[in-house]
Amino acid sequence: MQSILRTLRTRSGQQRIIDIASVIVLTVGAVIILIPFFWMISTALKQNGDVFLVPPQWIPTNPKWENFSIAFAQLKLDVYAFNTFFIVTTVMAGTLLSASFAAYGFARLQAPGRDTIFMLLLATLMLPGAVTLVPTYLMFNTVGWINTYLPLTIPAFFGSAYFVFLMRQFYITIPRELEESAMIDGASVYRIWWSIMLPLSGPVLATIAVFTFVGTYNDFFNPLIYLSDESKRTIAVALSYLSGSPRSVAKMNLLMAAVTLSIIPPILLFIGAQRYFVRGIVTTGIKG
Amino acid sequence: MAVTTGAKKPKRRGWQARAEAFNAYVFMSPVILGLLLFTLGPMIISLALSFSDYNLLNDFQLIGFDNYVKLFNEELFWQSLRISAIYSVVSVPLGLTIALFLAILLNKKIRGIYVFRSMYYLPTVISGVGVAMLWKWIFNGKHGIINNVLGMVGVKGPNWLLDEQWALFALIITSVWGVGGTMLIFLAGLQGIPFELMEAAEIDGANRWSQFRHITLPLLSNVTFFNLVLGIIGALQYFTDAFVITGGGPNNATLFIAVYLYRHAFTYLNFGYAAAISWVLFLIVMLLTLLVFRSSPLWVFYESERKAK
Repeated sequence: MQSILRTLRTRSGQQRIIDIASVIVLTVGAVIILIPFFWMISTALKQNGDVFLVPPQWIPTNPKWENFSIAFAQLKLDVYAFNTFFIVTTVMAGTLLSASFAAYGFARLQAPGRDTIFMLLLATLMLPGAVTLVPTYLMFNTVGWINTYLPLTIPAFFGSAYFVFLMRQFYITIPRELEESAMIDGASVYRIWWSIMLPLSGPVLATIAVFTFVGTYNDFFNPLIYLSDESKRTIAVALSYLSGSPRSVAKMNLLMAAVTLSIIPPILLFIGAQRYFVRGIVTTGIKG
Repeated sequence: MAVTTGAKKPKRRGWQARAEAFNAYVFMSPVILGLLLFTLGPMIISLALSFSDYNLLNDFQLIGFDNYVKLFNEELFWQSLRISAIYSVVSVPLGLTIALFLAILLNKKIRGIYVFRSMYYLPTVISGVGVAMLWKWIFNGKHGIINNVLGMVGVKGPNWLLDEQWALFALIITSVWGVGGTMLIFLAGLQGIPFELMEAAEIDGANRWSQFRHITLPLLSNVTFFNLVLGIIGALQYFTDAFVITGGGPNNATLFIAVYLYRHAFTYLNFGYAAAISWVLFLIVMLLTLLVFRSSPLWVFYESERKAK
């Protein structure tokens, strides 16, 4: 008994030291992660001339807050923000509808070949997007969709593998009794999906919504290849064109102001909906 | 109850099952159409294209293996494979190790641990062009923050993004910044390890290293497997950062296979040739994934095996 107590005591002593060391390591790591953000905001607030001081000013002596409004106006961020949010909301609507609708079939209804289709769907998660890229592009070109938002939004209405999987895993956990009583009352499966399953799926739908938002908002490749008019660009594509222009280095402060503004929407969403981000990853089903 | 349904079932099963199957297909229709329109169809067309000389000028015409022969004789293609291979071999294990290390630290019951978790996850939420441009500025040879910090300790940093020796390395560093997603999956896995198991090992006198080596690592191996597969697929398709930060340069020192593919598809509009590149990439990814799956019985430990024993 004595010896056990002693071991426990030294164990807890060890634990304390390890905890303190962990916090120190985590703090150093967090500083490393945050330095780029700090550098971004610091550059965004500088006068043009101060950007190139050696050694650099970490905290601008005379912060120019107007850089943000100048960047916003000069880069026509309002136009690009409108385009981006139009695409993001459409994709969100399409993803939520199609994923929740299709998942009900996979979770509750029997049909020959159902499981094969499901496995095929899951297999596409491992498919490199590059292999379908060229024909998909040519297909949209043939139907005249290049330089419209259709190639960016319509595919969302055909179910994304990962989110269908997420919804299906969730539906399986809902007790069948709820549906059975509705069925006795004569409700169709479509009605059951719409007025029983969907209202219960709030948290999963929210999870899918936040991931779709972030993925679509940050997407660069698709808007890059499908949109050619300057007025149709998204924020991501518009920013990338600044980086390529020869003047970009000369206006690094405005560029960083624009970058700062561009990351505000996902950061706000992250702060507001943190638990949904965590849930989305935790429920990947990898544990079972 | 059992008797009545038993008597009813044979009569009703036929049309009921058919009605149910019909409804199931209606529900699955977006997915079925999506698979045909955006995956299977394009894959077949892509394969056909890869055997053709289709581009902006030529109509579709089959040319056999010409694209592949040309591809394998192209120095730049091998260069792009080499770059993608180096990047994957370095960044994937590095990312997994750092992510696991962080996940273990973040799994501790310490006050304020949630704040740390959010901070480490934050970069994955804002990955994209903006952050790529931020890195471009951070790695700026003269005014970037990295070389300024190095200068403080008396080291003269290289001109990262314009130096063939360092550009790829710079991109690997940026990739480590975004390990938050992998970290969170590891964290979820760690939280699934029963506490009693650790306790039992502790009572048996196992030290921390052997606890980690013999309990944590085996029980986490399926999560590691998941992360490894996704990591390889992601690394081989790496595009945005290379495109925005270095554009494949300097002198093709960061010409990733996806960047090479982009050039042929959308700069030169060599659709047939680009399709051939994409099929080579696809086969490489499939081969690697298969290899990882095949090797998994050697190192992946499943809960069911433990129960069976």
